[in-house]
Amino acid sequence: MSEQAGGWDTGADSLHRYDDYTQINRNQRRVDALKLALGKGTFSDDIDLPGMLHLKCLWSPHAHARITSIDTSAAEKVPGVVTILHHGNVPRVPYTTAGQGHPEPSPYDTYMFPKKVRFVGDRVACVAAESELAAARAARLIRVEYEVLEPLLDSRRAMDPGAPIVHDEPEASGLPGYDKERNLAASMEVFHGDYAAAFAKADLVLEHEYEVPYQHQCALEPHVAVTWLDEDNRLVVRVATQVPFHSRRILARVLGIPVSRIRVIKPRIGGGFGGKQEILIDDLPAMVTLRTGRPARLFFTRREEFSSSRARHPQILRWKTGVTKDGVVLAQELEVLANTGPYGAHALTVQGCTAGKTLPLYKAEGYRFIMNTVYTNLANGGAFRGYGGPQGFFAMEAHMSEVAERLGLDPADFRTKNLIGEGDENPLSKALGEGGEGPPQRIRSCGIQECVAQGKAAIGWERRGKLADPAPHLRRGLGMACLMHGSGIPGVDMASAFLKLNDDGSFNLHVGATEIGTGSDTILSQIAAEALQVPLHKIIIYSSDTDMTPFDKGAYASSTTYISGTSVKKACDGVVEQLKQAAFEIWRHHGDPSDGPLTIADEHVVRPDGKRLSYSEICLSTFYEHDQHQIMDHGSHMSMESPPPFAAHFAEVEVDVETGAVRVLRYVAATDCGVPIHPQNCEGQIEGGAVTMLGYALSEDFVFAGGRLLSDTFRDYKQFTALDVPEFTPILVKTFEPSGPFGAKSVAEIPTDGPGPTIANAVSNALGVRFRKLPITPERVREAWLAKQQGQPASTRA
Amino acid sequence: MRSELEVNGARVAWEHEPHEFLTEVLRREGLKGTKRGCESGDCGACAVLLDGEEVPSCLVLAAQAHGHAVETIEGVGSFEAPHPIQEAFLDATAIQCGYCTPGMVLATKALLAETPNPTEADARACLAGHLCRCTGYVKPIQAVLSAAQRCQAGAQ
Repeated sequence: MSEQAGGWDTGADSLHRYDDYTQINRNQRRVDALKLALGKGTFSDDIDLPGMLHLKCLWSPHAHARITSIDTSAAEKVPGVVTILHHGNVPRVPYTTAGQGHPEPSPYDTYMFPKKVRFVGDRVACVAAESELAAARAARLIRVEYEVLEPLLDSRRAMDPGAPIVHDEPEASGLPGYDKERNLAASMEVFHGDYAAAFAKADLVLEHEYEVPYQHQCALEPHVAVTWLDEDNRLVVRVATQVPFHSRRILARVLGIPVSRIRVIKPRIGGGFGGKQEILIDDLPAMVTLRTGRPARLFFTRREEFSSSRARHPQILRWKTGVTKDGVVLAQELEVLANTGPYGAHALTVQGCTAGKTLPLYKAEGYRFIMNTVYTNLANGGAFRGYGGPQGFFAMEAHMSEVAERLGLDPADFRTKNLIGEGDENPLSKALGEGGEGPPQRIRSCGIQECVAQGKAAIGWERRGKLADPAPHLRRGLGMACLMHGSGIPGVDMASAFLKLNDDGSFNLHVGATEIGTGSDTILSQIAAEALQVPLHKIIIYSSDTDMTPFDKGAYASSTTYISGTSVKKACDGVVEQLKQAAFEIWRHHGDPSDGPLTIADEHVVRPDGKRLSYSEICLSTFYEHDQHQIMDHGSHMSMESPPPFAAHFAEVEVDVETGAVRVLRYVAATDCGVPIHPQNCEGQIEGGAVTMLGYALSEDFVFAGGRLLSDTFRDYKQFTALDVPEFTPILVKTFEPSGPFGAKSVAEIPTDGPGPTIANAVSNALGVRFRKLPITPERVREAWLAKQQGQPASTRA
Repeated sequence: MRSELEVNGARVAWEHEPHEFLTEVLRREGLKGTKRGCESGDCGACAVLLDGEEVPSCLVLAAQAHGHAVETIEGVGSFEAPHPIQEAFLDATAIQCGYCTPGMVLATKALLAETPNPTEADARACLAGHLCRCTGYVKPIQAVLSAAQRCQAGAQ
């Protein structure tokens, strides 16, 4: 049973345990880092198989067109070409590429190859050849005739009568709220309390529109999959994925073969960030392997990554807040119009999180959330670290600063007055579950007030409004935002682990959990080492192989430490009991029964009289000597709770009003993630997540010409580099989460929620102009500054 | 065609096509530590040292390496004796997914050969051509500075 079953408690009483650990809350060398530093980490593409075929795709040049004919005869004549797949020769099975639990809450609107292409970069055909070069040559020789259709390139027009219909074929289906006749991939309306009455009571009601762009995950390792048939004629899929078990299940559906015939291996992964929570390419080499019997490989180019994978959903958000004149929030209303592009991967759940992660942060009497996620013929939305949070937090936290400004309150004081705290119910958890109703949530651990206090001190918040501008054209400003996220999907996400003892006292730990660079192999090993009281090097971890490890939902939803970590702890607790039982039996067998209850310490089972047996001695005895058996156990965990981590972010910026350039000078991210299993790794998550989103705030955008993406290289899509990163201060605020493993909760996604609003608020503070649209590019800053100089209203509307 | 070069201290003669870039040939010859991230010289994942100087191997034709010395990540440190730069990256937890790490380690090696006492600005410039979506560069910058200290200490 889970720890939380024994009744409700908060973490405050357990804080004394914080520093008692020997293996966690410690910076140890990551278990996978040395091999990576040596260049020996074997990523998906780091194997050569004899007879391997190489795949290249032909992508749609049109945003919206019906394929009227495909002629592969010229392509087939290219030496080395073995097979060509297209809609005319593969099964037509509607599915979703979204790697989610079963049944996926995303619409089934995708086919291995569509008859109608829906964006520039949609699949048309795929060539398998003896070399990449031959495959690419052949792909160019495929002759395709299209009936070009009017494209839908503006999400605001998508629901208009007469707008082009993106999914006009009969097979596509979705959950309630799906309406393909109106281009709706998902929609919902939820409310809590009497929001209308609450708004009516308010002294001030403020309402603004915000807009956020596409953002690409930019994992440095592109999507790659290698497939082959093993000696038993089973399909082996070696793929850069965050979701090996979902991949196996969805592949079985698309390929029309049983799950039992598929083995998905996740080797080393070069970053995912949500882009690999997608069954994006696995089906193509798998189909080629099934058809030809030969190994097959598909490796995306960087251009394909940008134009044919997934990105953060762009949104237009309308935020409305009702407050009393002394700054008490009474009501909140959020209306989201999101653009999922051609297919609805994660369309419902990302946008659900836009409300679910944000609205509960401030207590109010009433809430209302209206969401429409529309299809367009632009780039494809999907999962991206933060999963709807960054969009919502940009709007909410920019809005909160505007409300504070209108009330003449310090934005930090206004926030701390209204924040959720320990013991509070999350008012929206029931209404906003994963694709339906969710379990109720109550906060056990909450360090948000402390995050604000420590963050203010670190950035020097008292300087706000008094910052000296270093030159007439340089303006400085301070901004902040408050944040919360979650730890796994409550009532849905399950993880499991298996543990066995070896004769030298080491342990094999097999987890379904998916290390993609986050540090989860290390974190889970540390949890095992702590539970077993052994040094870290005694844990041999093996993760994510559908034949060899038990199930795990995968690396998403900030769930691995909290959910997978608890499954590891359960497996370890079971093994500790078996170790004690075996030691008890060994002593009894030797006529020297224990004088009392047994404990464990330092790789030994210990008696009250001090006599001890090492794990190695116990294992040797249970293997070869007496009462022979394997000491092993497993654990599964699913939580009805998803305790939010909390954070307060602060930034100091310098704006050059002549060029419009914004330089981030300092960034402070104070975070409550419960007990940090590996503090330095938590800092790394915070730094990496936040720096990714500094790009979202300032420089990253998808630029289209018609439906064609122009910013499709690293040169044209500007991420932050080592030169752009500010002086960065991560702060870990101490709390203890009673429902988490050793007091831990999540840290992976919450840092992505902060930089959008924090930077927007800092730039607004510097210039006295509000920015309601990201990214805040030099052009937009100049435009806003010039408008202000000319006495126009001090805001830049989207 | 055939190119003769020195790779990680060993002389080799490799057959390859005239149009092939060094990344492809290195990887085909089993040196998989050199990664492919963009194949347009923008990301740094494929960095190698050519006569000690950092180059993106995706933009260097294999034929251009004829008669030159190439150092890849496989030539830096071992399980038994990691290079101090690698130790610095380990202790700073500057490695997350590890796809950019070989390039960053080699860039640091090239930097420290010329600038044994780098400033923070030097460290940032050294990593500027190496994209990393995991770390936010904060810990890699610290690792470069720590590596300099370790190499100095080792040299004394």
